[in-house]
Amino acid sequence: MRIFDPHIHMTSRTTDDYERMHAAGVRAVVEPAFWLGQPRTNVGSFLDYFDALLGWEPYRAAQYGIRHHCALALNPKEANDRRCAGVLAELPRYLLKDSVVAVGEVGYDSMTAEEEHAFETQLTLARENDLPVLVHTPHRDKAAGTRRTLDVVRASGTPPERVLVDHLNEVTVGLVADSGCWMGFSIYPDTKMDPERMVAVLRQYGTARMLVNSAADWGRSDPLKTRAVADAMLAAGFGADDVEQVLWRNPVAFYGQSGRLSLEAGAEAGPDYAGNTIKRG
Amino acid sequence: MSQAEHEWLAQAVRRVEADPRAIHLLFPQAERRGGPDARGALLRALRGDSAVISAVISDLYVRGDSGERLAILSALPDLDAGPEAVGLVEDALRTNDTRLVAAALGPYGSAWLDDHSFRQGVLKCVFMGIPLASVAGLERRFDAELARMLSDYAAELRAAGRPVPHDVMERI
Repeated sequence: MRIFDPHIHMTSRTTDDYERMHAAGVRAVVEPAFWLGQPRTNVGSFLDYFDALLGWEPYRAAQYGIRHHCALALNPKEANDRRCAGVLAELPRYLLKDSVVAVGEVGYDSMTAEEEHAFETQLTLARENDLPVLVHTPHRDKAAGTRRTLDVVRASGTPPERVLVDHLNEVTVGLVADSGCWMGFSIYPDTKMDPERMVAVLRQYGTARMLVNSAADWGRSDPLKTRAVADAMLAAGFGADDVEQVLWRNPVAFYGQSGRLSLEAGAEAGPDYAGNTIKRG
Repeated sequence: MSQAEHEWLAQAVRRVEADPRAIHLLFPQAERRGGPDARGALLRALRGDSAVISAVISDLYVRGDSGERLAILSALPDLDAGPEAVGLVEDALRTNDTRLVAAALGPYGSAWLDDHSFRQGVLKCVFMGIPLASVAGLERRFDAELARMLSDYAAELRAAGRPVPHDVMERI
């Protein structure tokens, strides 16, 4: 079984996680840019983070046979911090990079005017750079936030098939299904979605335009939740082809719209890939 | 190289020849639109004195991802950059990426790194499992101090019960 985790924050995870993910079938990931768990205080902090997502992290992933791409953006939460607003001016040069396959995470956190400005600006940047967009939906006031998200996407003129609306649940999936956008679900140990509820959503809405991710980060989360959903699908009577569609072909089709997805196994693996070590010089 | 890649690269090279600043937009996307070694071709198309060229290269490197940095380090021997670009080589030697470290110890690094940095770079190769055969000009720059550093490292390995790499053994 091969798995593509379309949303995971690997900078927060250890090499043990990479090893376990590979053993579970994960062969490709997309890491969207987001916050650190505490506020950044300046633009340079973002630039070092973007550089790590373009350099060290893909290198680290390759040591474990996992292809790493990223999505870059000013995240919704920090769009509210004036000290970080300058990131929007730096993004165009970063969006040219080979391993950037989307603009993201963008969207709403607290639904402020500043968040809306950053969201709309970055939808424009995505169109200018011919990139799809990964849109985060807010944890608080989610249904209203999802409706407003879809209104902004529609008003921007971005084609719905270029947009993945993430962190959906039973309440918000229907809105996005009707919009034509791709639907993302984050499977967490306690919050967001769990594997059994995910299977129920797939039964009701089908497997087209559906993506499942672990969204694993520095909080309580589990990078093997994608595999847990695959197992739950099989146990519930879905076929191997359905699993392959949701956990591989759908993310490949969505991010493939960038024209920059490169999935040769271990393409960047160093000479010691088989030894599974991160060399320390 | 496909016809589309060939045309993209030919036009990009003309733009860079006309104005070195054009390279900043073209360089990041060059490999996916202009084919393999498109980045090298753009760097070789830079015109001007060595100060101008090394300033452009330095800017590209600082703003580059790993692929761009690798392309720059590999192209350095073919460019009229003079010793000004040695800072980029030193930066690459501070990374934890075997591709960058190996490229840093190519012909340009071997020509311009000072003795201390060169020796540290060679020892770092041993630590990272980069074959010493890939270090440019190692025989020419090998000296008693580097031999001592490698011998001391071999003694550390033996004390820990670990094997001494063959390419270290044959040089001490």
